[in-house]
Amino acid sequence: MPTNGSGLPHHDWLDDDAGPVVRPYTVTGGRVRPVTGGFDLLAFVLAAPGATRAPEAAQLQPEHRAILALAREPISVAEIAAGLDLVVGVVRVLLGDLLASGLIALHEPSAMAHLPDDDILQAVVNGLRAL
Amino acid sequence: MDYGHSEPSIPLALKILVAGGFGVGKTTLVGSVSEVRPLHTEEVLTTAGIGTDDVLGIESKRTTTVAMDFGRITINDDLQVYLFGTPGQERFWFVWDELAFGALGAVVLADTRRLADCFPSVDYFERRRIPFVVGVNRFDGARRFTPDAVRQALDLDPNVPVVSCDVRDRQSGKHVLVALVEHVAAKRGHPVPTR
Ligand SMILES: Nc1nc2c(ncn2[C@@H]2O[C@H](COP(=O)(O)OP(=O)(O)O)[C@@H](O)[C@H]2O)c(=O)[nH]1
Ligand SMILES: [Mg+2]
Repeated sequence: MPTNGSGLPHHDWLDDDAGPVVRPYTVTGGRVRPVTGGFDLLAFVLAAPGATRAPEAAQLQPEHRAILALAREPISVAEIAAGLDLVVGVVRVLLGDLLASGLIALHEPSAMAHLPDDDILQAVVNGLRAL
Repeated sequence: MDYGHSEPSIPLALKILVAGGFGVGKTTLVGSVSEVRPLHTEEVLTTAGIGTDDVLGIESKRTTTVAMDFGRITINDDLQVYLFGTPGQERFWFVWDELAFGALGAVVLADTRRLADCFPSVDYFERRRIPFVVGVNRFDGARRFTPDAVRQALDLDPNVPVVSCDVRDRQSGKHVLVALVEHVAAKRGHPVPTR
C-alpha cells in the first residue's frame, strides 16, 4: 500500500474533505452504538431539571456534563456536536447514556417536520423574505 | 424525571440540503443566510465499522472524518430552518442518506464552467424524489448561460426551477431558498401566493 508524507497508508478515499486520521471514539470507550435512542441530527435534546445534581449523574464523564449544560435549553443533536467539537456518532453514544439514565428528554423530529403543511411552508417563505 | 409544566417548547426544525461540486459555493451559501456563523459537524467513516458494535481494535487508519457545514434560520419561536451542506464527495453516501432523510428539499449549486460537477447531486435528488432547485452561481469570468440552457444541459424536468444567484450575497441566497420552498409547495398542488 502506498504511503503519504506522514508515513500512514494512503487511501483513495482520503482527500480534502477528509479530516486528519483520528481516533475519536476514545471518549465512548470504543462504543459506536448508543444504548438507546435514534438521535436524528435534528432531534432536540433537553436536560432534565437538576440533571447535573441527580444521583445518576455521579458517574458522568466531562463530555456528558458538557451536553447537559448545553441542553438547558432545547438544542439539536447537530448543534451539540458542533458546540462540543465531537463527531456526531460520539455524541449519539453519549446521548444514549444520558437518555438511559433519565437525565435528558429526547424529541425526535415530528412527522410535521418531514411533511410540513401549507401554512408552515407559507410561514417559511414569509420569514425568508423578511430576513 | 419530572419535567413539570415549564418545559420549553421544542421548535419545528425543517431541513434544507445544499449540494453541488467542490468549490461551487455551498459553504458560502450556508454562511450568507445563516443567523449563526456556519457550524461544522463531523461524522466518522469507519470502513471496518459497518456492522460492528465496537471500534476498539480497529486501527485508526481505517477511520476518516467527513465534515458537514450547517447553519440555522429562525423563522419564529416555533419554527427553524436548518441548512446542511452535503460533503462534496458523492462517495460519502452514508452521510448523504442521513442528511436527506426527512429533508424538505435541496439546493443544487452549479458553476457553468464545470456543470458536470453537479450531475451526481441532480441524480441523487431525482432518484429519491426529493424536491430541488438549481442555483446557477455567478462566478467571475464564467460565461452567462440562460436558465433554459442550463436546464437543457442538465436534462432537468421542466418544472425544476433554475435560479441565477451570487451566494456571497445574502439577498441572493435568500432568493434561492424562497424558490425552493415555493417549489415544494407547488409540487403539492398548493402554490404559495406571491406577495
Ligand atoms: N465570484 C464568485 N465567487 C464565489 C461565489 N460563491 C462562492 N464563491 C467563492 O468560491 C470559493 C469556494 O466556495 P465554497 O463556499 O467554499 O465552496 P464549497 O466547496 O461548495 O463549500 C470561495 O472562495 C467563495 O468565496 C459566487 O457566487 N461568485
Ligand atoms: Mg465547503
